Amino acid sequence: MPNMSPQKHPMPAQEAGERSKNFREVALGYDVETALDEAKRCLNCKTRPCVGGCPVRIHIPEFIAKVAAGEFEEAYQIIQRSSSLPAVCGRVCPQETQCEQQCVRGKKGEPVAIGRLERFVADWHNAHSCDLPHKAEPNGHKVAVVGSGPAGLTCAGDLAKRGYDVTVFEALHLAGGVLVYGIPEFRLPKAIVEKEIENLKALGVKVETNMVIGRVLSVDELLEEQGFEAVFVGSGAGLPRFMNIPGENLKSVFSANEFLTRVNLMKAYQEDARTPVFHAKKVAVVGGGNVAMDAARCAKRLGAEEVSIVYRRSANELPARAEEVEHAKEEGIVFRFLTNPTAILEGEQGVVAGMTCVEMELGEPDASGRRRPVVKEGSEFTLACDCVIMAIGTSPNPLIKNTTAGLDTQKWGGIVADETGKTSRAHVYAGGDAVTGAATVILAMGAGKTAAEAIDAELRAKE
Amino acid sequence: MYKIVEKRELNPTVTLMKVEAPFVARKAEPGQFIILRVDEEGERIPLTVADFDREAGTVTIIFQIVGGTTERLNHLACGEYIHDFVGPLGEPSKVEGLKKVAVVGGGVGCAIAYPVAKKLHALGAEVHSIVGFRNKGLVILEEEFRAVSDVYKLMSDDGTAGEKGLVTDALKALIEAGNQYDEVIAIGPVVMMKFVSLLTKQYGIRTTVSMNPIMIDGTGMCGCCRLTVAGKTKFACVDGPDFDGHEVDYDEILKRASTYREFEQREREAACNLFKKEVR
Repeated sequence: MPNMSPQKHPMPAQEAGERSKNFREVALGYDVETALDEAKRCLNCKTRPCVGGCPVRIHIPEFIAKVAAGEFEEAYQIIQRSSSLPAVCGRVCPQETQCEQQCVRGKKGEPVAIGRLERFVADWHNAHSCDLPHKAEPNGHKVAVVGSGPAGLTCAGDLAKRGYDVTVFEALHLAGGVLVYGIPEFRLPKAIVEKEIENLKALGVKVETNMVIGRVLSVDELLEEQGFEAVFVGSGAGLPRFMNIPGENLKSVFSANEFLTRVNLMKAYQEDARTPVFHAKKVAVVGGGNVAMDAARCAKRLGAEEVSIVYRRSANELPARAEEVEHAKEEGIVFRFLTNPTAILEGEQGVVAGMTCVEMELGEPDASGRRRPVVKEGSEFTLACDCVIMAIGTSPNPLIKNTTAGLDTQKWGGIVADETGKTSRAHVYAGGDAVTGAATVILAMGAGKTAAEAIDAELRAKE
Repeated sequence: MYKIVEKRELNPTVTLMKVEAPFVARKAEPGQFIILRVDEEGERIPLTVADFDREAGTVTIIFQIVGGTTERLNHLACGEYIHDFVGPLGEPSKVEGLKKVAVVGGGVGCAIAYPVAKKLHALGAEVHSIVGFRNKGLVILEEEFRAVSDVYKLMSDDGTAGEKGLVTDALKALIEAGNQYDEVIAIGPVVMMKFVSLLTKQYGIRTTVSMNPIMIDGTGMCGCCRLTVAGKTKFACVDGPDFDGHEVDYDEILKRASTYREFEQREREAACNLFKKEVR
């Protein structure tokens, strides 16, 4: 008998007052009993709308049926066939707009907690199984992957499972891309990312760090000199955007990328860290995405007394994952909706003394379909703060574009790729934020997966 | 891991290291930089490429001991390893086609100015090198500069080496003496680059300066190295590090460079204390 409770089991979490003072993981995960009971809420319906909502097409009802039967390792094997990073997706996917949004149970009550079950299964596997993944029979083809973020790792994993000799080139000293420099420890523990990368290495994927493609080696050199038959570019989101308002280059104004890289990749939150980070009293984070939430919650954990999110639209337009917004609110982050900065004020020694803002109201829908915010006349005010973090998106890194002749890019710098990831250059594929601009981990993974299929088709056709 | 194959003290606070990094040596050009991490816990710091040997696969760096990381780096001996060493990063200096150039170096900035002078000399340009130091004990790369320069002017604040005075005094004298430069390339402390640029602006001489702001990734991701050039935000790591000296907002750079000064001093003391304990 299915469990007909209209509510999904809540996610156990560290208490808000406690967790806003540490960097340990916020969500604690289901225990076996809760997972078994939640899995029984799945009706195993024939139409499987949830699978259509998943960018990597995980066989959701099948894995949940295995969970309900207590066969957790079998459940893992089902997920693993479609996703190279189950423990990551279970934590950072916006399930409410993907699989869970499609769930039949969601029509009356809450959908099945697919994401939480995925996380449970991946964590169970990592804790109990010592089996290394099975290495495929080599097929003799070499493929290079540029960037070790979610797009690159997925592409690499899918190709390695098909027997390709895959090398991933990472610019930083550590593999993982945004999973290690961007998403904080309390949302995605770095040990989990490390474990997922170890799993890929066990599949035969090679990871070369400190390799900035476009500088150390060009895409052409990878193809012509280094013996790779195809290249997948998953170089990520790139340079942070700024608002071009006065005061943006003051000392305590940071891009979210910089702030998060200091805290996460360089571990500046630890007492004895060698990389410094600015400890502010009152922080204003500009933006409404996951990156803004991450930056705000990190600032709070570093000891800021007041942290506010400054967002020019309303709560309904917030692009961040619902759970992150909830968690941020619980941790005392102040949300200033319909507010837009106009200037950052300089105080002593070039440090921020405040930020002038205007209030906004929502007008007609714009190109994105969201109502365009317009300035409310005479609404200017000054927000007291000593630090501003800009989390308003990024524009693609120009390195690959500038050093790869014949690679077409959009006006804003994104690499042009068709629905299979194919670019204007033969044997060169691209996906993830480098193509779409800043988006989500799972969309990047979907792009990496599709490109792996296209690369496989191209190279098999050669035989 | 990248092996240190040569280590030399150029003066009490400036050290030269030759590092085995064949991938960096293969592509490096004057004006570019590398990012290193001394050990597994280390911070990432940018250092400009001072020289390279493509055949031997080595890259030379020259650094001044200013903070915890450079203190730790200086503590590594020949034969030991640097944990991470990535590059070449940034755009190479554009020196092709220049016929007569004044290369101005200040302090440890001379380590960056030297490869530029060397390349200009190799390309057949007339090179006038003007280098400045606080005193005689701090002079570096004198032989090297002389070997690639048609004119070599050594200046010191206290007159203990070369002439007493600032590099701008020497540059002004050379310009006034009738030297017509296609370009002035100034590399050194921000204040020096600012005043060289103010001087050359009066004479309408194109001037290039090399920026060395705080960086983390150095590959175009974090935005920490931003500066204002001609009223627009630029990133030293991908747009630079060379910029038009007449368009750079130097005062903003000076402020931004001081962001972590207290931390750096604390870190250096902590590193020094650590090494003292080891010695005991």
